[in-house]
Amino acid sequence: MFSRDNWREIFQTIQKNKLRTFLSGFTVALGILIFVVLFGFGNGLINTFQLFFEDDAQNIITFFPGQTTKPYKGYKSGRQIEFDRSDLADIEKNFPMFLEYVTPRIGRTYLTKFKNESNNYSTRGVAPSHQFAEKTIIMKGRYLDKLDILKKTKTAVIGRLVERDLFGQKDAIGNYIDVGGSVFKIVGVYQDDGGDDEERRIYVPYTTLQLIEKNNDKVDQIIVAFKPELGYSGAMALEKSLSTFFKEKKYINPNDQNGIFIRNVAEGLKQTQQLARVLQLIVSFVAFGTIIAGIIGISNIMVFVVKERTKELGIRKALGATPKSVIGTILLESIFITTISGVLGMLIGIAILSSLDKTLEDFFITDPFIDLSVAIFATVVLIIFGGVAGYIPAKRAARIKPIVALRDE
Amino acid sequence: MIQIKDLHKSYKMGKNSLHVLKGINFNVEEGELVAIMGSSGSGKSTLLNILGMLDELDEGTYTLDGVAIKNLNETKAAQYRNKFLGFIFQSFNLINYKSAAENVALPLYYQKVARKERQEKALKYLTQVGLKEWANHLPSELSGGQKQRVAIARAMAAEPKVLLADEPTGALDSTTSYEVMDLIQKINDQGNTILIVTHEPDIADMCKRIVHLKDGVIIEDKKIEQVRASKYV
Repeated sequence: MFSRDNWREIFQTIQKNKLRTFLSGFTVALGILIFVVLFGFGNGLINTFQLFFEDDAQNIITFFPGQTTKPYKGYKSGRQIEFDRSDLADIEKNFPMFLEYVTPRIGRTYLTKFKNESNNYSTRGVAPSHQFAEKTIIMKGRYLDKLDILKKTKTAVIGRLVERDLFGQKDAIGNYIDVGGSVFKIVGVYQDDGGDDEERRIYVPYTTLQLIEKNNDKVDQIIVAFKPELGYSGAMALEKSLSTFFKEKKYINPNDQNGIFIRNVAEGLKQTQQLARVLQLIVSFVAFGTIIAGIIGISNIMVFVVKERTKELGIRKALGATPKSVIGTILLESIFITTISGVLGMLIGIAILSSLDKTLEDFFITDPFIDLSVAIFATVVLIIFGGVAGYIPAKRAARIKPIVALRDE
Repeated sequence: MIQIKDLHKSYKMGKNSLHVLKGINFNVEEGELVAIMGSSGSGKSTLLNILGMLDELDEGTYTLDGVAIKNLNETKAAQYRNKFLGFIFQSFNLINYKSAAENVALPLYYQKVARKERQEKALKYLTQVGLKEWANHLPSELSGGQKQRVAIARAMAAEPKVLLADEPTGALDSTTSYEVMDLIQKINDQGNTILIVTHEPDIADMCKRIVHLKDGVIIEDKKIEQVRASKYV
């Protein structure tokens, strides 16, 4: 069945019937091409959604103080809740097995000066672990460390754009800047994927900020990083028990929604991931539809091809072609065409995807790609069905009596 | 070479059955050139199809070169056709995308003859029918007479026991018809057995024996003095 003579015969048939070959090959190639591109777009969509969250750590629960709206245990409503350093210690003491780290955040905006340059920057008083929560990348120097917190040093880590604003091309490390009237030494410069705003910030030890502000004990927000292995449900449970803990400690009515505000990244991430997955599902559905359309297309063409060749097959049978050789010829031809054009369509599709790269980012498609195994699987499916599609009419043709075929003018 | 005894064949047409051949007894010796004549509907084409194993008989026996042709499956029939029979059709039935030489070589392909030998043989038979120079032309580039000569070369390429021709001159003008008949007579002169279905008396007169069919039975079977086609060419 696979002798050189057979192949020569098949090549001749393919060569001499270019339109037919082109049509069936084109159907298959287009089907695979569209499948690969669509599937890649789906993956690109997921990539985009993931990028939204990659800027910050994803195992973060942030607690914001609020104002109570319900009276509780003798306290009136409308009371401002405040966090302080003891809250941090209590969390660390009560929930150690769930936590990676805890960091406070005090947010201020100060006029910041260096020589003749000045500007208003958001200045944050934080602990060293805040670097992981915000995914701050140190470009040069260092981040804040434990000693800074302990000794309440006047050290600052500034954003890349702060350095550019105040120092131009010069190196900021080691220089002293005036932040809201106090002088800080710059120990590090960072960058952040979150955009320009996040690179126009100044990080200082939170204890130093507290010292400057009349040596108080207050913190604005508490950022809790849970262990990633808790998963979604673990994170939700932790959020709930932390909330209960705070409400109890701060004498907030358990049903008061406004005493403490909580933002849980895990929740938003999950929702977005679900949305992305649904989109991917829809795109895959359309992509598989394309494959099915391709299968139907190749089936139609094969039925037509066999019909068109009925007389030729009749002649061949009269000259001594066995049914097996008739089926074999048609089948090999169809598989040959679908394989070549299927692989071609797949390669073109992959080439298109890799050439797109980030050009479609405006349409929420980032780095579209397709697993090679998925692409190959789809191609093989189409080839197999192309073969089946060729086999059924070929078998029928092989059974036709030569006289019937020859009468078919 | 061919022995047929008590051959019956009928076709089912819905509820009715059309009895086409009603007991044919008929022998052909080696080297004969037989014309099967009859008006349309007389059963002559059916007889030829059965002889060519393109159709099956209902009753009776058919022996070809000592082999009983009976209950053949498709594969077996294809092999026998290839080995025993060469076909010449009214409408030539050449494969239009193959050159003359490739058409002639096709039966040999199914005999699994090596490619080089196929090409040599194809050229040899094309030479015999006087179309050596046309070997690489497509059927569409040939005249009707030339096409039929290619078809004859193809029928002979497999070196069959019997050549079966179904109205071989039906689509040709009389001059071309005589040229084709001249070729067929020459092939017969070399000792090949040939059966020709025709309804043209002048073609039948160029054979050595005429079998007359009417309404599914042989009404006349006579040996005749052959008219040489070369006279008219």
